Amino acid sequence: MNLILFTFIVLLGFTSYYFGRKKAYTIQSTKKRLTALPQFYGYYLAIWCAIPAFIIFSLWAIFEPTIVKLLILSDYSNQGYLDDELNLIYEKTKALSRGQFTGEITPFIEASAEKYLSLRSIAQSSKVVIVLSAIIASVAYAYKRISSNSRTREPVEKFLNAVLFTASLAAILTTVGIVFSLIFQTIDFFKVIPLFDFVFGTHWYPAKAFVRDSSEALDPTMYSDTFGAVPIFAGTFFIAFIAMCVAIPIGLMSGIYLAEYASTKVRQYAKPLIEILAGIPTVVYGFFAALTVGPFLKELGTSMGLEVSAESALAAGGVMGIMIIPFISSLSDDVITSVPQSLRDGSYAMGATKSETIKRVIFPAALPGIVGSILLGVSRAIGETMIVVMASGLAANLTLNPLESTSTITAQIVVILIGDQAFGDPKTQAAFALGMSLFLVTLCLNIVALRVVKKYREKYE
Amino acid sequence: MNKNKEQLLNKRYNAEQRFRLYGLSAIFMALLFLTIFIFKIFSTGYSAFQKTWLIVPVTFDAELMMLDQNPSKEDLQDADYYDIALKSMADLDPNANEDQENELKRMVSYFFEKEIKNELLNDPNLIGKTKEVYLTASDDLDQVFKGNYPRDLPEDQRRVSDYQLKIFDQLVANGKVESKFNISFFTNADSREAELAGIASSFMGSIFSILVCLMIAFPVAVLAAIYLEEFAPKNRFTDFIEVNINNLAAVPSIVFGLLGLGVLLAIFQLPRSTPLVGGITLSLMTLPTIIIAARASLKAVPPSIREAALAMGASRMQTTMHHTVPLSMPGTLSGTIIGLAQALGETAPLILIGMVAFVNTIPGSPMDPAASLPVQIYIWAESAERGFVEKVSACIMVLLGFLIIMNLFAQIIRHKFEKKWS
Repeated sequence: MNLILFTFIVLLGFTSYYFGRKKAYTIQSTKKRLTALPQFYGYYLAIWCAIPAFIIFSLWAIFEPTIVKLLILSDYSNQGYLDDELNLIYEKTKALSRGQFTGEITPFIEASAEKYLSLRSIAQSSKVVIVLSAIIASVAYAYKRISSNSRTREPVEKFLNAVLFTASLAAILTTVGIVFSLIFQTIDFFKVIPLFDFVFGTHWYPAKAFVRDSSEALDPTMYSDTFGAVPIFAGTFFIAFIAMCVAIPIGLMSGIYLAEYASTKVRQYAKPLIEILAGIPTVVYGFFAALTVGPFLKELGTSMGLEVSAESALAAGGVMGIMIIPFISSLSDDVITSVPQSLRDGSYAMGATKSETIKRVIFPAALPGIVGSILLGVSRAIGETMIVVMASGLAANLTLNPLESTSTITAQIVVILIGDQAFGDPKTQAAFALGMSLFLVTLCLNIVALRVVKKYREKYE
Repeated sequence: MNKNKEQLLNKRYNAEQRFRLYGLSAIFMALLFLTIFIFKIFSTGYSAFQKTWLIVPVTFDAELMMLDQNPSKEDLQDADYYDIALKSMADLDPNANEDQENELKRMVSYFFEKEIKNELLNDPNLIGKTKEVYLTASDDLDQVFKGNYPRDLPEDQRRVSDYQLKIFDQLVANGKVESKFNISFFTNADSREAELAGIASSFMGSIFSILVCLMIAFPVAVLAAIYLEEFAPKNRFTDFIEVNINNLAAVPSIVFGLLGLGVLLAIFQLPRSTPLVGGITLSLMTLPTIIIAARASLKAVPPSIREAALAMGASRMQTTMHHTVPLSMPGTLSGTIIGLAQALGETAPLILIGMVAFVNTIPGSPMDPAASLPVQIYIWAESAERGFVEKVSACIMVLLGFLIIMNLFAQIIRHKFEKKWS
């Protein structure tokens, strides 16, 4: 139904474009000077068709369900139902009216479902009437304006400008959405679990906080010593540290080699090949780490008489390091190539070898940019999810032994939120609190890194 | 003195050589990882494209199927195939006792009844006759046949009994075991049984998510890029938008999953586990990537083009829409494809919005529950059965294949259509 209406309105838009342009031609034929190209007359009319339709459609989408719900549930008021029960009744009504209801049908619900259907159909038909009459009115108004040959290009361009501006707000809206989705759950979480326990507690057993019966009162003492995030934070930074131990030497050296030593031919092939590593989905790395690297390290360790967990931090961190190599190599390659040639020439003129030039002149000059690229790599490592979910442990151990298994922020979020979630449960909220800390940490890293890189670029441009 | 100098020089030259070698070995290491990686995936995965069939003689006994004389099509549909299916498996070893008959039954997939039924539906004249029917082998025997299963394990640690192996070897010796191209891997939905599991549902889930993502992210990102590059005044607010975009590009993907869960599912009440929600979440993620690419390619259009259009009396909007934007499209499109390729490989946010649910039907629209290819990899990688290992690798091969095609496509667009200025 909505689709038909929508298509009809789109058709109306095209027709009004056509009539607007035609009007422009008739004005032109009376030897009057047009104020804009004829198609602007058409656009003008089409925009006047689209705006009321858009406004009414969105108003309807926002208010119709609430109003219908209010009307349905008004039948049940004064009968002493709780809010939850009323919601349940409403869900049942909707399910029944869609014919998807499985359960005992009471006459009450059946009556409600009938009322629901009739309300919906009233709403639908009134929507059609209102939308169409609004469109006709506004298009008639606009048509009158273009008949008197008033300006059309400026309003059309202003409208387009407004659309472009709205689109550019999407980035801000996304950020707001992220903060919004995290903050309420996080605040609720800290109402039950003191911030101090979360930041300094050393025991993390979210499984202990099983889904609670919602009728029971919340007992904070139940959760003491359950949500201490120190092991999680420690594990996260530990695995990121291992990853950087792999990624920094290899990535930096390949970046230097590509920028300073490699012939054009080697560069042409080696650079995209290394960048393939960045294009491989992380779930593939996770599979590789869990199925190949983990067991391999375990066997290697056993043959040397060491006890290695099959889900060791080393396996997850090492594979993560491989994933980060191209980020560091590409960025440091860019940064090194943008160091001005005059610095190199000066150093060579003093008799320095190539490697001495790199180590003593280019590297210090490029250092801010390289630090920026490493920070971006760290932020990637901290936020990486699938590798740790699949290859590292899910139990949070507080350990600094790379051969044991640890867990990370991201892995815990997945563990908690996989399957069904009950909002309002401390366990679910804990995942959002973890997400909040992850967001804040990576945000700081990113801001610092981006600023450093930007400052560096400005210096040499 | 002179000798000392020479020694020093040699030392310096050696250091130079060493440094060069470090660089070369770093590149070598990175490429070695890549090679091991791809080799490992291909060597475990290629066998999944073959499927093992047992050729078993089936007697279509009308009495056992509870069929009357001259049955109609509906009768054939409703007939009882379980007994003849069971009997034909049991007949493989006439001396089998009851336990062994059970083991014989487990040599084929639980789908065997249906396979026999389809055989009869295709050719109703088979009633009362015997025909050799291809039955899907169980995943364990499939692995045995492909040589992936350690046969020398003690029997109690194997999922295949000695008896099953004996019968299987007899069948192999008689040429009654055949390996064919595994079409069902591409046409079946997910299944708990490795031998029947396919990627069709997750593939469609991926396609729908990517389409939704493209339809939202591409227009919004291009419009935003046009505004920021061509119209935005230089002020604090636009600086703020820029910082925002750059930061969003580096926010961990799982945070977008939390956004999808907390806003799209909890507040907007969109249906869980669907490609619709997945696509919206992914579109928020790819938005910054596309905006950055589109801005870069708008920036690359030389000012002379704009000036020429303005000089001809075009308004700023006309200049942008008629000249700058069309000229920047190749760069924007290739950036979009690269962004979509990233979104295609994304797993974590989709897990959070519930696209890990077990789906054994092929979704027909973005509103149906589905998985996606990377999530399918995760699901299968977490299952214990040996048969899934090669499926995971094969699924990875399909996914990587798609990513390679998309990236090549982006390259082609960039090189073929992008104008080189200067």
